[in-house]
Amino acid sequence: MSIEVRHLTHAYAKGTALQTVALDDISFTVREGEFVGIVGHTGSGKSTLVQHLNGLLKPTSGQVLVDGEDLNGEKVDRRALRRRIGLVFQYPEYQLFEETVARDIAFGPKNMGLPADEIDRRVRRAMESVHLDYAKYAESSPFELSGGQMRRVAIAGVLAMEPEVLILDEPTAGLDPRGRDRILTMLEELRARDHTTVLMVSHSMEDMARLADRLLVMSEGRLAADGTPREIFGRPELMRSVGLDVPEAARLCAALRQRGYDLPPDLYRMEELRGCLLRLWKEGNAC
Amino acid sequence: MEEKQVRIQLEDAAYTYEGASSPALSGASAIVREGEFVAVLGHNGSGKSTLAKLLNALYLPSEGRVVVCGYDTSREEFVWEIRRRAGMIFQNPDNQIVATVVKEDVAFGLENLGVPAEEMYPRVESALASVRMSRYADSAPHQLSGGQKQRVAVAGILAMEPSVLIADEATAMLDPSGRRDVLETIRDLNRNKGITVVWITHFMEEAALADRILVVSDGRIVKEGIPREVFSDVEGMRALHLDVPRMTSLAADLRREGMPLREGILTVDDLVKEVERLCPLKSAI
Repeated sequence: MSIEVRHLTHAYAKGTALQTVALDDISFTVREGEFVGIVGHTGSGKSTLVQHLNGLLKPTSGQVLVDGEDLNGEKVDRRALRRRIGLVFQYPEYQLFEETVARDIAFGPKNMGLPADEIDRRVRRAMESVHLDYAKYAESSPFELSGGQMRRVAIAGVLAMEPEVLILDEPTAGLDPRGRDRILTMLEELRARDHTTVLMVSHSMEDMARLADRLLVMSEGRLAADGTPREIFGRPELMRSVGLDVPEAARLCAALRQRGYDLPPDLYRMEELRGCLLRLWKEGNAC
Repeated sequence: MEEKQVRIQLEDAAYTYEGASSPALSGASAIVREGEFVAVLGHNGSGKSTLAKLLNALYLPSEGRVVVCGYDTSREEFVWEIRRRAGMIFQNPDNQIVATVVKEDVAFGLENLGVPAEEMYPRVESALASVRMSRYADSAPHQLSGGQKQRVAVAGILAMEPSVLIADEATAMLDPSGRRDVLETIRDLNRNKGITVVWITHFMEEAALADRILVVSDGRIVKEGIPREVFSDVEGMRALHLDVPRMTSLAADLRREGMPLREGILTVDDLVKEVERLCPLKSAI
């Protein structure tokens, strides 16, 4: 499933004195199977953007095309389209409400009117995807779990709808290092297993370095840059000018280059840097 | 050398939530001295937020004792004195602002204390200046970024002229520039105004900047030391669901491959210096 955003503009409180342009002429295309990272400072428009991608907000002007169909077109079955695009909000664990983990995850599939055995299959598969043991947790209350586990239950609830595109708004915010790592590992596996298209909003450049094929950089409601992590992280001055940063590996690489070391200008992953530093030490040159 | 004054003292402190079968924190003993910057690390649910709430009498220990700036927190008559001297900021910037104008929000605590107006305004102005927010004194808080809101929350505490500042994951919801901003503001207050800081965080790179680290796990303080010591145990930290700074982890990997890097690398600068020592530039030979 592909998503194409064309000249998307969104103004809050349109026509009043408080009118604010949250998104200003945004265009990009997400291809099937891509992992796209969306980064930007607070208030840059990231959350407003993702809420357009599954039809929660309507553009003031411009279009969102899903497999070529206008998400806000007159004859479109929006409910059906929305099911194919799962959105995980910020701090989604605040929205858990059922008495058991299994029932919470089953809520979406049940609303879709699926038969009981299909619901059960989906709940089991979603729990497996987020690394929650069915036998151990299905009948637990979600409110007895740790913060990281609750977050994974909430994500499983979206996965149980079996969306073709998964959108996550800051899925690792507030988690401890292990909780963060679990979510990232889960997303890596999901991509490898189901080829799910993923769009992830995050403040962590390190998470983006690990997962993203492509980065969209938002600033003041505009798309400030669109490129591979290598292209984007190779421009630290751009990233700093929009209130962001580059991963630490890229910072170390830049600091060493500044001192005259001959390293490639666009390193941003720890593994690459490790190899280069070892060659530098053993052979006296990095490349 | 003269010992600095003790600001916070925990003596075998424990706390059990109502209805819970086991304590959230137990046997906690620690001392924080004047002017220290102490980071507290621990996984979600480890007990570190409980620890924070014991430090300004939001919770009272069910066993043991907590003494803040010389006041025992279990003595009800000291509660306001303790809260004035040990201010706390929390994770969510939107939950801490009460007024509709920045300077009024900063004045809120002083009004509650009954500080006269002629004294109040200089204190509010100086507090806003300390967090570099003077130009927003007349702004509405909702127009500010997350990092700016956190700095206003810090100013509200500073106006009370505290000795201790306790931050419970104060940067968790901020973007990279907001995080940098808030952390730099607090470090500046620590270095230049001598304010003692207890900094609870999930970010190892932030903890690396502290004078000392306490690690909390399963309701106990399980490690204590300077960052170089605490982070030298890479496997031990991971076993506690934590991590070490990325540069520490990279250095450990390189050492395993035989590169003789010194121990205790925490930052990009540390590693740059070691690379310069071990791999002299050809042109420089």
